Amino acid sequence: MAWVWFHRFGSPPHFYRLATRLTPWFAWPAALLCLAGLIGGLVLAPPDYQQHDGFRIIYVHAPAAWLSLMVYVVMATSAAVGLVWRMTVAYAVSASCAVIGASFTALALATGMLYGRPMWGTYWEWDPRLTSELLLLFLYLGYLGLRNSIDDVGRADRASAVLAIVGVVNVPIIHYSVIWWNSLHQAPTVMKFGRPSMPASMLVPLLLMLAGFTAYFVALLLIRARGELLRRERNARWIAEALGAAATGKV
Amino acid sequence: MSGQRVGLAAATGALIARDLRLALRRSGDTLQPLGFFLVVTALFPLALDPQLSLLRDIAPAALWVGALLSSLLALDLLFREDAQDGALEQLALCGLPFQGLLLAKTAVHWLLTGLPLVLIAPLAAIALGAPYEAMPGILSAVLLGTLALSLIGAVGAGLTMSLKRNGSLLALLVLPLAVPVLIFGARATALAIAGEPLAAPLYLLAAFTVFSATLAPWALAAAVRIGLE
Amino acid sequence: MNELTADNLQMWRGEQHVLRGIGAAVAGGECLQITGGNGAGKTTLLRALCGLIPLEAGRICWRGRDIGQDLAAFHAELNYLGHDNGLKADLTAAENLRYAAALRRRVPAQDIATAMARTGVAEAAGQLLRHLSAGQRRRVALARLALTGGSLWVLDEPGSNLDASGHTLLLELIEAHLQSGGVAVVATHRALELPAAQLRSLTLQ
Repeated sequence: MAWVWFHRFGSPPHFYRLATRLTPWFAWPAALLCLAGLIGGLVLAPPDYQQHDGFRIIYVHAPAAWLSLMVYVVMATSAAVGLVWRMTVAYAVSASCAVIGASFTALALATGMLYGRPMWGTYWEWDPRLTSELLLLFLYLGYLGLRNSIDDVGRADRASAVLAIVGVVNVPIIHYSVIWWNSLHQAPTVMKFGRPSMPASMLVPLLLMLAGFTAYFVALLLIRARGELLRRERNARWIAEALGAAATGKV
Repeated sequence: MSGQRVGLAAATGALIARDLRLALRRSGDTLQPLGFFLVVTALFPLALDPQLSLLRDIAPAALWVGALLSSLLALDLLFREDAQDGALEQLALCGLPFQGLLLAKTAVHWLLTGLPLVLIAPLAAIALGAPYEAMPGILSAVLLGTLALSLIGAVGAGLTMSLKRNGSLLALLVLPLAVPVLIFGARATALAIAGEPLAAPLYLLAAFTVFSATLAPWALAAAVRIGLE
Repeated sequence: MNELTADNLQMWRGEQHVLRGIGAAVAGGECLQITGGNGAGKTTLLRALCGLIPLEAGRICWRGRDIGQDLAAFHAELNYLGHDNGLKADLTAAENLRYAAALRRRVPAQDIATAMARTGVAEAAGQLLRHLSAGQRRRVALARLALTGGSLWVLDEPGSNLDASGHTLLLELIEAHLQSGGVAVVATHRALELPAAQLRSLTLQ
């Protein structure tokens, strides 16, 4: 029974319709959650004992960093699904994830550097988390670079799928090797936010932002995946029907 | 035409012999990465204050970065030429396990780029004042590290072999994946030169190399097959 | 019993629908001749038959079994000669043949010499391939073909760069292969001069 659902999900017209219907269900909650999180974090939460107001950037930095990793996993998983079951939809999802993930990574890096300036005194301190983010950015850029340099879409899909799978398996290894490397000279870790030690007034807006970012990612992914499918299947018949239905407002 | 089918071992032997013979015939191409390694590692001290103490600190880093870059240089040739003249296709169609054959080619790459480094490393270490007891440690680190570099690099070479000759994409693909080798390898070498126990990074490096050897054959075969389409 | 069948092969290359429902059947002792203009997809079809390119739809069966089920066994009986010779320019003709044989089956040294003599490149045995003419290199490739055998021959424009005697040699080799019960699939511009009973034709648009 689950297989039937799985294969229907993999059919482009079905996915297209589903994505079109679901997008508002993720987009609006994303906006609301982020708004609530920002108000909670920027306005309502009290200033930190040590870092005063500077810590507030964590409300953007932490969700961005978390999402940069999650998007890579989604990208690699959908690429693997595409490789094994030869599904266009899976490849379209994987391709759509790449730029989104790279942007989250860049955002995490930028906010991390902005956070570092008042805390460390410099913009860059080879902190293990930021260094890992930087390497993750390189992995994304490699994926995008490989995709762009292969003309044939099918081959680009398959080659970048192999790369994504190799990358996702290596990400934890790279991350832990960087932590190990950094632990050799006890540099002060900056983003010290352990869950237990954070009061609820700080933690709740953070979780709201995290949920908001995730919903935003899903909404953005659905929109991009639809565009990607349109581009790939533009000669197929279902496109004309789907767009015709959209024009009459029936999708 | 008669005779029984050839097994994988004999075929890989023939493949390795062929590739080594080709490398010998094109000795210029083969020696270039080595020359590049020597130039790069020689540049570091020139850019720094020539005090021996500082050089000793920098040396492991310079060695490993040089090894990484020269390995990249040799990678581009690994599959590209065979892909262009149809020899790689014949390899894919000969009915023997493709993973094994590609690993044989990777082994040749290691013999031509990694092995020289393994041989040079003790000499370089002695020049930097390393105690003789450190030699086994340094040798192991360089051996494991260059093996891992060859394996990871081969996957990158397989993915880019059918693209226009563009070293920077290959570097972008391989370097992030090679970071653990750099971190553990340089650390192990530095500890060895300082005469301190280097079990920790060495074991981690060994684990990473074993892991690469497990993942690389699949990724390599998949990448090359896609490139041959 | 040697037989190659292809059923409703569909393949896209990027945007192009290159193979549209191609079907064919060739039995032992027969040669399938594939003709078509430039860019019609002959090379793509041949490589798909070898299992090098994945198909969107369709089946290829060798001896009644889908080749996807045991690709290695299929390849063990397959001998492919592509546009490129599949030989290394920096090895001599003799070294190339020795290596090609070493990948497949154990052959005594005199078989290599015989194959080279048969294809008329015996004098060039000790020369690097890059010093030979295109026609001579093609002959060495034909020597490799004859040497390594296989029940199924897939040849992509085997006659390119060959002179008249080369073409005769090619036909002799194919004939001998068919006589021994083998199957041949040949993409070619000009029609093969084989007896009609042994020839099947497929034209690609």
